[in-house]
This record gives sequence, C-alpha cells and structure tokens, in this order.
Amino acid sequence: MDLLQIGVVLALVVILAIPMAKYLTNVYSLEITKQDSMFGKIERVIFKLSGIDTNDMRWQQYAKALLLSNLVMFIISYIIIRFQGVLPGNPSKIDSMEPLLAFNTAASFLTNTNLQHYSGESGLSYLSQMAVIIFLMFTTPATGLSLCMAFFRGLTNQRSIGNFYVDLIRSITRVLLPLSILIGLVLVSQGVPQTLNPTAIANTLEGATQNIARGPVAALESIKHIGTNGGGFFGVNSAHPFENPNGFTNVLEILSMFLIPAALPLTFGYMARNKKQGWILFSAMGLMLLVFLSITFINEKNGNPALEKIGLSQENGSMEGKEVRFGIAQSALFTSVTTAATTGSVNNMHDTLTPLGGMAPLAMMMLNCVFGGDGVGTVNILMYSVMAVFLAGLMVGRTPEFLGKKIEGKEMKLIAIAILLHPLIILVPSAIALATQLGSSAISNPGFHGISQVVYEFTSSAANNGSGFEGLGDNTPFWNISTGLVMLFGRYFSMIAMIAVAGSLLAKKRVPETNGTFKTDNSTFLVILLATVLIIGALTFFPVIALGPVAEWLTIR
Amino acid sequence: MSTKRKANVSKKIVLEAIKDAFKKLNPKVMARNPVMFVVEIGFVITLLLSIFPALFGGISERGYNIAVTIILFMTIIFANFAEALAEGRGKAQANSLKKTKQDTKARLILKDGSIKIVDATELRKGDTVLVKANDLIPTDGDVIEGVAAVDESAITGESAAVIKESGGDFSSVTGGTKVISDYIKVKVSTDPGESFLDRMINLVEGAKRQKTPNEIALSTLLVSLTLIFLLVCTSLVPIASYIKVTLPIATLIALLVCLIPTTIGGLLSAIGIAGMDRVTQYNVIAKSGKSVEAAGDINTIILDKTGTITHGNRMAAALLPVNGISQEELNKFAVYSSLHDETPEGRSVIEFAKKSDLSEKELDKYGTEGIEFTAETRMSGTDFSDGKKVRKGAVDAIIEYILYQGGRVPSDLKDISDKVAMQGGTPLVVIEGNRVLGVIYLKDTVKPGMKERFDELRKMGIKSVMCTGDNPLTAATIAKEAGVDDFIAEAKPEDKISVIKREQAEGKLVAMTGDGTNDAPALAQADVGLAMNTGTNAAKEAANMVDLDSDPTKIIEVVAIGKQLLMTRGALTTFSIANDVAKYFAIIPAMFMLAIPQMKALNIMGLATPQSAILSALIFNAIIIPLLIPLAMKGVKYVPMSATRLLTKNLSLYGLGGVLVPFIGIKCIDLILVMFRVA
Repeated sequence: MDLLQIGVVLALVVILAIPMAKYLTNVYSLEITKQDSMFGKIERVIFKLSGIDTNDMRWQQYAKALLLSNLVMFIISYIIIRFQGVLPGNPSKIDSMEPLLAFNTAASFLTNTNLQHYSGESGLSYLSQMAVIIFLMFTTPATGLSLCMAFFRGLTNQRSIGNFYVDLIRSITRVLLPLSILIGLVLVSQGVPQTLNPTAIANTLEGATQNIARGPVAALESIKHIGTNGGGFFGVNSAHPFENPNGFTNVLEILSMFLIPAALPLTFGYMARNKKQGWILFSAMGLMLLVFLSITFINEKNGNPALEKIGLSQENGSMEGKEVRFGIAQSALFTSVTTAATTGSVNNMHDTLTPLGGMAPLAMMMLNCVFGGDGVGTVNILMYSVMAVFLAGLMVGRTPEFLGKKIEGKEMKLIAIAILLHPLIILVPSAIALATQLGSSAISNPGFHGISQVVYEFTSSAANNGSGFEGLGDNTPFWNISTGLVMLFGRYFSMIAMIAVAGSLLAKKRVPETNGTFKTDNSTFLVILLATVLIIGALTFFPVIALGPVAEWLTIR
Repeated sequence: MSTKRKANVSKKIVLEAIKDAFKKLNPKVMARNPVMFVVEIGFVITLLLSIFPALFGGISERGYNIAVTIILFMTIIFANFAEALAEGRGKAQANSLKKTKQDTKARLILKDGSIKIVDATELRKGDTVLVKANDLIPTDGDVIEGVAAVDESAITGESAAVIKESGGDFSSVTGGTKVISDYIKVKVSTDPGESFLDRMINLVEGAKRQKTPNEIALSTLLVSLTLIFLLVCTSLVPIASYIKVTLPIATLIALLVCLIPTTIGGLLSAIGIAGMDRVTQYNVIAKSGKSVEAAGDINTIILDKTGTITHGNRMAAALLPVNGISQEELNKFAVYSSLHDETPEGRSVIEFAKKSDLSEKELDKYGTEGIEFTAETRMSGTDFSDGKKVRKGAVDAIIEYILYQGGRVPSDLKDISDKVAMQGGTPLVVIEGNRVLGVIYLKDTVKPGMKERFDELRKMGIKSVMCTGDNPLTAATIAKEAGVDDFIAEAKPEDKISVIKREQAEGKLVAMTGDGTNDAPALAQADVGLAMNTGTNAAKEAANMVDLDSDPTKIIEVVAIGKQLLMTRGALTTFSIANDVAKYFAIIPAMFMLAIPQMKALNIMGLATPQSAILSALIFNAIIIPLLIPLAMKGVKYVPMSATRLLTKNLSLYGLGGVLVPFIGIKCIDLILVMFRVA
C-alpha cells in the first residue's frame, strides 16, 4: 500500500512534467509563440510602465540586472520586516523584527531558501507575509528560472542569452501566477484558510481561551510549493493542518513543488533539440531520488532501534515527529521531495527522523542537484554534466565538448568556483559552530546528532533549501549572521559563475557532431554523470556524514 | 609505414632521472605542480613530527610519524622521477643535436666578394655563406647558387643524401646538415637561436614547454579538487573535536594526500612530455604542444592527391586498339614507342606489354633512335632505321599531327579516349607514320593501404578531402577508388584556403600537409599544418609541424598521437579520482575506530589495525605512480573506433578499474604489513 502510494505520486510527477516542459519551452522561447497573444498584452504594459528595454543582453548585462534587481528586493524586504510593527497591515499587533533576525529573514526569502529563524504566525505581520514573503516567493523562483534559461540558452547555442527582465516577468505572468491561483483555490476547497481577519479567539470546553492563528494561508501555501520556497505561514510548516489538511493536499503539495524542477531537464532537452538529452538528465536525477527516498522510507519503516530496546513498539515505524494523518510513506516522500527540490517545507520534523532516514535528505541537499529548486537544480546537474564531460570526454581523445561546445580552461575555472564554494560554505561554518560555544550552545542533542543538526542547518542554507533539523536554538546573532551569509553566497556566487559559463559557451563556435564525438545522450553518459556527482559531490561530505548520521546509526543499532 | 625513431630508456637516462628527481624537491620547482606541492608541505610537517612528536601538542607516535614521512617522501620522489624520466629521453636527443651545433664555422661572403670565417652564431638573417663539400651548413637558409648533395641524417635520421639547388622547392637547407659534394651559396633565413635546430633542441629538451590549453583546464580541476579535500580534512579537526575525538596530524595528512589527485598530479607533465616525444619519434617536429593537442581534435584532413594518396606517376593499365587494329599489333607498337622512354610512364608501358606475350626481339634497340618529348611536339617516340616512325602523345597533339601528315583519324578514337578520361585515366595515342593504332590507358594508382586508412579516419569521425588539379571526372574516380569522403578537382592553391575557411566556419578543425611555397598560406590557415622537410622554408615556417621524412600521409599518425595524448590524460585522471572511493573506506573508519568502536562496520576491507589501514592506503597511493609511469610514457593503447565504443572501453578499464584496483591493492599491502608485523 505504501509503495503503491509512492509509486502513483512519482508516476504523476513524470506524467505532469512532460506537458509542463513543453509549456516552459514556449514561455522562454526567443521567438514569437502562440502564448504571446495571450500574455503579450499585459506584459507589454508591464514593460512600458517599468521602462524595460526588451532587447537581448550580453551575459554581463544579464548578471548585472539579476544582481541589481535582487538587491533592490532585499532592501525593500528588510525595511518592511524591520518596521512591520509601525507599518499598516498588522491586525494581530506583531512587533518589528530585530535587525539581525530581519537580515536573516530577508536573506533567507530572497535566496529562495526560506530558512525561518522566526516562528511564522507570531513573527510576521500580514503586510510582511504578503509584501515580503509572498512577494519574494514569486520573484525568487522567477529569478532562478531566468538564470536557468540564460544558462540553457548558452549551452544550446541560441541566438543570445536572453533578457533578464523579460524572463523574470514571463516567469511570473505565464508560470507562477496562473499555477498558484489554480492550486490556491484547490487548497481553499480543502479547508486551507485565506483571510485577512486577525487571529481567531476560541473558548475551549475546559473554559480556557485559545488563540487560533490564521491569515492569507492558501495564497502563500500554493506559491510556497510551486516556487520551491518552503517557508511556512505557521512555524510547523506543512505539518500544520491549516497548511496541509489531508492526504490529498499532501500529494498536491508534493506535485506542485516537483512540477517545475522535474519539467526543466526535459525543457532543456527541447531547447537543445535533443529530447533524449533531457531524459538522460531527468533519469540521473530520478535515480538519485529513488535511492535516497528508499533509504529514508526503509529506515523510517523499520523504526527506531533505541526505542525498540526500551520496549516501545516500532511496528508502525518511527512515528516520532510525524503526523498520523500522513503516515510513514507520505512523510518519507514529502521529506525526500522537499529536500530534493530544495523547497524546505516539512510535513514532519526532520530532527526526529532515524539517523539514516535523516541522512538521505541531508545528502540530497549536499549534492544539490537531485532535481533541485526552480531553475537552479537543473543548472547544477548541468554543471556536473560539464564536469563529467571534462573528466571522461578526454578518454575519447578529443578536447571535451558538451553539446558541441568545447569545455576549456575558462569554463573549468568558473565551474571550479561553484564546486568549491558549496563544501566551503557548509564545512567551514559547521566547523566554527561545532568548535565554539557560539554555535554548539544551540545544539539540543549533543553527540553525533549534534553534528547532524549543525551540518544540516548550514547545508540547508547553502543549498537554499530552508528546512531545518529543528531542535537547534538558532535565533542568535551567530546563527542569524552565519546562515544569512551562507545563503547569500550559496545563491549568488554560483549564479554569476554559471551565467559567465553560459556567456563563454555561447561565444564559442559549435563543433559539428561526428563519429568521434563524445555522446552525452546515452546510458553510458548517465553512468558517468552519476559517478561524477557521487565522487565529486558526495565524497566531499563523506567524513562529516560518517561522524554525524552514520556514527549515530552505528551506535544505536 | 613511416620510420620510427627508437625510444630506448637506457640505464643512463634512468640514473640521470633519479638524480633529477631529488633535485626537483626544491620547493620553488615543486610549487609549479600544486598537487605535489601540497604533498611536500605534508611531508615537511610529518618530518618535524618525527623529530618532535609533541610539536603541535597532543600525543603522536614517533614510529608512525616516521612511517608516514617516508611514504610521503617516496610519493614525491616517484612523481618527480616520472617527470625527470620523460624529460631525460628528450634531453638525450637534444644532446646529440647540440653536438652538431657546437663550433660550426661559416664562410661568410662579404659585400666585396671576399670570404671571412666566422662563428655560426654570428650569422644574421640575410647574410650569405659559402658551404663547401664536407662542411656543416651553419644555419637555416635558402640555396641561391649551386647544386649540392646534402646529408640530412643528423636531423632526419635518413642516411641517403638529398639534392639541394637554388630556386624551386628544393632550395631550403637546414643548419646542422652536411654538404657531401660540390658547393652551394646559402642565404641565411633565421637569426641565431631561432633556427630549426635550435627549436628542435628546445622542444625535445622541454625547456620552453608551456602548458597546453587542455593541460591548463585539467590543472584547474586538479587544483580545485585539492582545495576541496584540503577543506574537508582541515574542517574535520574541529568537527571531530566536538565529539571529543582528536585526530593525529600525521593521519590527517595521510588522508589528505590519499584524497588529492596525486596520481594524475604526479604524472601530468610526464604525459605531456612523453606525448611530444612520441611525435618526435615519428620524425615529426611539432612547434608546440598545442598543435599536437589540436591534432586530436581534427575533424577534416585535406590531402593532396598526387604523391600522397596516389603514387603520382601514371602507369599503363590497358592498351586499347582502334577498329581494324589487332591487340598484338598495338602492343608491339606501344612498346616500340616507349623503347627509349625512361619516364615511369614509358617503363610501365613495356612492363604492361610484357605481361602478354612479347618476344625479346621487340625490345632490341639496335638501329633505333629515341625521339624526346618536347613542349612543342608534345609527343615522344622512336625512329627506326627502316624509316618507321612510331610516336605516342596526347590526343589533341596526335590528331593535329596526323591531319598535318594527311592521315585519317579513326572514328572510334574519340570514344576510346573519352572513356579513358572518364574512368580517371590519361589517354596516350600510339601512331606509326600517319596510321593511328590505339590508345594507351595511363592510370594514376592509389597507394596500397590508403583505403583502409581512410576507413579508419571515418571511424574516428574525421572527414578526408582530396585536393587535385585533375578534372572533376578523373578526380571522382580516384576519390572513389581511394575511399576519400570528398574531393576538390581542378584545385588552385587558393582553393585550399577557401576549403579550410569553409570547414572552419562550421566549427571544424582542419589539418593539411603541404610543401610548396604555394601551400604556405593554407598551412598557416589550417589548425594543424604539416610541412614536408623537403619543402620550401616558407612552407616550413607557416606550418606548425614539420615531417622530417617528408611523408604526407604521416598527418594521420599525428592525429592518432594527439588523440592518444588526450586519452592518456583522461584515463589517468579518471583512474586517479576513482581511487578515492577505496581510500575513503580504508582511512575514515581507521581514523575514528578508537573513539567510536562501532565504526569498524565501515571497515569493509577488514584491514588489520587503524595504523595498518592508513599506511596501506598511503603506500598504495605512492606506488601506483611508478606502476603507471610506463602507461604515462607509452600512452594508452589507441585503436581507431567510434567515440562511443572507445569511451565504454576506457571507462570500464580506467573508471571501473580505478574503483576496484585500490580495494585489492590496499588489502594486499595490509596483508603484507601484517605479515612482516610492521604495523
């Protein structure tokens, strides 16, 4: 039954990904498409009002536009949450956020991470929820998608890298808005609240008063998943019955966070005019997901041996920290999908997963290319592909080529930045946190699990995931500053490096394919790609994984 | 097949290389190779720890530190040895070349015509020197006066002398070669230090070796992997300290050295030098490593028809009588017409006729007189004492001659000659007096083995283009026979450039061979231009490689060498990185087993003790370098096949092998260590 549930959901992902991929291909086409007759008018008004020049950009212009617009969003967001207490739209009378937490929150939502060091329902006013959180939940996946398209265009030898503003606006008008309205309405039908009324006050049977937080939840909930954002309206995120009332909404949320990330590799195939290439990328990510999902599922299903030893039945699996209405299968699936797609919403508490059950989501964020967040995940798997081409391509006796473009010193340098940065911003802050009181004082479960908690927090930040191994007392200056910086570095350095790679590849002449060309659209390449991700991506983290989850597992067996 | 220079690794070279391996320990030299430099720093730290075990606080075992120190030292020495050995082979060659260069004197012709003896090094571009028999030619130049036989064996290894004369395509001479007869006046074409010999010495010595683009890209990757693992190992200390595990510094260094790509890092420059050396062994001088690498990427090869694909001399393939003439009669007269003809064509007619019955009497030249071919008559033949005049010549010349003599042109002559032309042959008409007898079908024959080579090229994904001055019909026939993919007929020198440019515009890399001055612009335009040593200085200057054997088909070998070089680099990189999996499983459990006994579950190889596990991994890491030196020097085996098959083969060999071999190797070393109770 459990396996059937998981199987059906995954099959739905594949089925939905194909039309979505075709749709996305048209959305970002540099040519005129049928969609223009539908959306073109509104978009032209937006371009006119904002004074946007829709001409093609060079990669430097594209990167500059991306950075500048993100900087402006950061400043606006920071100001609103910093002063939300005195700003309108605050019926529940919530205080302004203190500077460091405001910095962390703005950075977190700007980077599509949605790591929450505040508790949603009591930390933000309605204005902040809507003008900052929901606003950024649209613009950040749009930024990710734009980057992704610029990168795709560079790799697939298109006319140009595109125009950032056009990509950004189209992401919202043609993809995110229509989808989120649709999903939002379905969620409302399932009982998810959507209101601007303040917190409801109820008198319980025992005579006590209970404050029931509510608000524009459905609007946030839909874009939270479609945009692989993950920040919950409520502190407990999608485990809260208002965010995720039942099994149906759980599946809907899983599907909505996987829709775009699963479609993008196929979109790449369409853009490269090589469908097989898209499916190879999809399969690589899919296989990794299946492995990690199995690890989590099997370990949760087997229960917690430590509890079993003291006589607690683990017949139904390890249900600590999980919602009974979802059970093991729906929880394991949600956990895997949310960390794969770097959404970061949770429907169970990851801190209470069994050691290996918790290792799998951690590992997916470390790899950061198992579908990944909107746009960025596919860019990452392509980056690994370029790397794989470089390593193995030499073995056919030619300068390595990916889709007819030579991979040379310049690209390797840029990719090296991205590959190096990811472990750097995870391992260095983790080491500092664990070695000093600043960080280690926040740990609630000392020992091996403490290592997992800290490493998870930084991995989640670096991968722009946002889920937490909660249990870490993380609203302190150290954590707010460190994770804030990690999130920003994790997002923008690699983004700029990847746009530069795209620009550099676009400028190169395409080498025609011959018998002597290293093919990247067959199963051999799939093996090479997986081996590259495993050896370069995974082995880097093998020692910390061994000291954290693996040691914990070995000692409680 | 082309000649191949012997590449012996003599005992002397090995001893030299060992000495050099120690010299290269100098940190300034090591710093050029970041991966090995990290190992050297690790070595210095463990050396200090061997002397002062408590240097960085904590406790560390001296014996263990010493063991790690020794293994690290060997790792560096092995890597240095690999490089030194590759350089050593080149140096040995360079030394023999340098000998020819030393103390050459030149007879400089001054403006007033007098001769002054000067050192060869004092000659400048534009000077004129006189070179007499038994003199060494002082430097590169062009013959401006005289004809001489020159022994070029010092450079080409070919002992037969070549004739050099002024003007034409045989005017260039190379410094270091020797005039063995007569004298020549040579105009110097290079300044000191830039001559062919100088460049060759620099090249084989590897003195001016620059990293090639692909090497730079690979180094970037290796450096970033090194940085990543440096990060992994350093961050492990504070992370482990949180659970009260202290890691011995020597162990951390061992982990680091095992993880960073020392195998490829240690062999990378050796692979590059050996690749260049392989080109030299084929008697080809590449002006840069970059061009050898580019050769591996070639998509299109442009080859001249004559002399490259075909023998160039046309041979009789059939004798076709006109109506009313018997085959025997034509055979007889064809032989008569060629009695005094010493050209290959003429010889081939007699050879061909001999195949059918031909009495010795027909070959008797007594009382006959040969009539030479002239540009005016465009025919040659034999006059007999009985007044018989037998001639053979081009179709139009003969027709003109016959009509002038009042003879009759047979109606089927045109048909026969057209058919010959259509089949790619050249028709020669044989006449006696004013009577037409028939047509000799002269055919350009394709060199044996060419078809197979073009098939190989196709498998490698390389397009072959034949360039010829022939008419399209002839060209098409030869092209089909030779199996080339494309041809350019009636080609003028500038056509070659336009073909190269066209291919390059499609993103393709083009290789070509050439010798004449006409070819120079095309050679310069091509991505890989191979000039013949017999060619002009202009061609040699424009090309980025020179073939000393002057064998135009050698470009195919050069392509294979380029591919082999890249493949070797890729194979060893893959092997090196794949090794990390096993090393992790050896070292990580060993590091933590004392503090966390349950970690032994990860010790899947069942290594005896933590120390033996770490030392085994480290020893494996060191000895794999010398074990792979032969592979790095020889290059991985390359058989032309499609990229997909090639990849599958190399991937299973070096990728899968790279994962599995260390598991076996480390386990074996561990068993040996236990046997000798070292650990």
